[in-house]
Amino acid sequence: MTARMDKRFADLAAEGRPALVTYFMAGDPDFETSLAIMKALPSAGSDIIELGMPFSDPMADGPAIQLAGQRALKGGQTLVKTLEIARRFRADDKDTPIVLMGYYNPIYIHGVDRFLDDALEAGIDGLIVVDLPPEMDDELCIPALKKDINFIRLATPTTDDKRLPKVLENTSGFVYYVSMNGITGSALPDPALIGGAVQRIKGHTKLPVCVGFGVKTAEHARAIGASADGVVVGTAIVNQVASSLTGDGQSTGATVPGVETLVRGLAAGVRSAKLVAAE
Amino acid sequence: MNETPNLNSFKTGPDEDGRFGIFGGRFVAETLMPLILDLQDEWNKAKTDPEFQAELKHLGAHYIGRPSPLYFAERLTAELGGAKIYFKREELNHTGSHKINNCIGQILLAKRMGKTRIIAETGAGQHGVASATVAARFGLPCVVYMGATDVERQAPNVFRMKLLGAEVKPVTAGSGTLKDAMNEALRDWVTNVDDTYYLIGTAAGPHPYPEMVRDFQSVIGIEAKQQMLEAEGRLPDLVIAAVGGGSNAIGIFHPFLDDESVKIVGVEAGGKGLEGDEHCASITAGSPGVLHGNRTYLLQDSDGQIKEGHSISAGLDYPGIGPEHSWLADIGRVEYVPIMDHEALEAFQTLTRLEGIIPALEPSHAIAEVIKRAPKMGKDEIILMNLSGRGDKDIFTVGKLLGMGL
Repeated sequence: MTARMDKRFADLAAEGRPALVTYFMAGDPDFETSLAIMKALPSAGSDIIELGMPFSDPMADGPAIQLAGQRALKGGQTLVKTLEIARRFRADDKDTPIVLMGYYNPIYIHGVDRFLDDALEAGIDGLIVVDLPPEMDDELCIPALKKDINFIRLATPTTDDKRLPKVLENTSGFVYYVSMNGITGSALPDPALIGGAVQRIKGHTKLPVCVGFGVKTAEHARAIGASADGVVVGTAIVNQVASSLTGDGQSTGATVPGVETLVRGLAAGVRSAKLVAAE
Repeated sequence: MNETPNLNSFKTGPDEDGRFGIFGGRFVAETLMPLILDLQDEWNKAKTDPEFQAELKHLGAHYIGRPSPLYFAERLTAELGGAKIYFKREELNHTGSHKINNCIGQILLAKRMGKTRIIAETGAGQHGVASATVAARFGLPCVVYMGATDVERQAPNVFRMKLLGAEVKPVTAGSGTLKDAMNEALRDWVTNVDDTYYLIGTAAGPHPYPEMVRDFQSVIGIEAKQQMLEAEGRLPDLVIAAVGGGSNAIGIFHPFLDDESVKIVGVEAGGKGLEGDEHCASITAGSPGVLHGNRTYLLQDSDGQIKEGHSISAGLDYPGIGPEHSWLADIGRVEYVPIMDHEALEAFQTLTRLEGIIPALEPSHAIAEVIKRAPKMGKDEIILMNLSGRGDKDIFTVGKLLGMGL
């Protein structure tokens, strides 16, 4: 539902700091571990959770997220199980917005209407579907908005001023600015350039602008958070999960605590961003 | 197409959003959208630009060797004892397959757009070789993504690409075949949006690729139609082609779509049989889904995860098919049938022995279908088949399967 997302950003604005948006892959490396990761995220400092839906052919993602998806699929993860993770999380946490992020085909095969009903029931607040540009809005975006689920769109450096209005037209919740061309997990670009880009997007919309692709450390989070309404961290978390696994891809005692420690550091980064912005 | 159908024609698609019925479209990341829209603009201009068309025609004649011959396969016809069999000899083109038709067209487009770097994906290596060839011809650097499995089973083509100055990047993700190579090429394009042109080799992907590749390949059917009228004074009764992504097939089918008397058959790779997962028969045994920028028939599981196909022929080893084929199948204009690995292998040998033509394993699937159908047809009937590539690249695969030492 859209109200939970709007309230979260309003509260953060009152607090005067950017959101920490954390992405992880549902089912990586198994259902129970990823549910435990999700449950640990809010107390570690995550404000919004992006729940990755594994897909066999993630053409806009880098190797880290592709491998995470492969681990999850190998562990038997499905769209239905991903929604189940959200549902169980939502039973204990009524406040943290959940955004499902992935590719269209599993949703299409599940059936769009059935998917939206199931997502609402599981407590999902928004969707990021990488391979549905505005030209394809009739597929999922419009039906989602009608059911009060946010459709969050990616804007990129190739999205020029002429195209931005089209990209923003049916976007809700927040705008996800992909701070560089390329796949997830690449190097971080210059924060000053990002600041300019965020201002450019803000010239076209009142929605919060979150920035992602390339954020790995608390220092990155602080630098980006100085100009953006939110900082998205994905690959760093997925890599943290990967590094904690056994040789044959099983979770260990270090898997969940490792993610908690990383997110706590990133959370400190966004919280100090407030001070930078005020200076 | 659904909104404004021209009931008298099967050739009006796609609509302005790139749709053939429910198929096609533009399912890509936002990063790629501006590029795809640019490409569409440039393609729309080039289509009607006499200078572009003249250059295409000139290179077709003097570089590719067009028109390719229409050949009456006399001995195969006699052996099968039914319909007269004609081959459109696309295997005689420069680089040995139909792939060059599309590559010449697209590199002229890349040049018009001021792009300075070419990327391509390849399965059997035929499109990779054709891409590397035109890149050499126009002096542009070229990177070809190829599944690691294919690099291994198509070694001669890998070597050709390298000789032509292309960089061949093996892709190990997934099962290391064409679909994985396409994912990797798309990633490259997302990363290098400013200078790079993605030269897609088949009539699939986001709009405008399916339309553009079809139009560049339609030269096959346009020529064949004219040549058939000269040779026989009439149109063929049956047109057959093998379908992987489907570029050679749509190239020969499209000009015949509105000729009611012409039956059209596309041959999919049945692999080791349709019961299990070891085939690539997207239409016969798959279901509609969204992959690589378009909605089309796909091999997928109940969760929408894409399956790894299998075919004896690397060029047909793709879990999807061009969207126009999906539409032609659904409306019933074209019939799609599977041919198994062993049938293709047998047809490969039959043609080699009877006609002295070593076909690629891809068109060997079409030959197998011709062998099934010709004896059941009258001697006054005519089959036209697209012999889309030569088999030199496959001799090692075939040798291994036949237990012959090389």
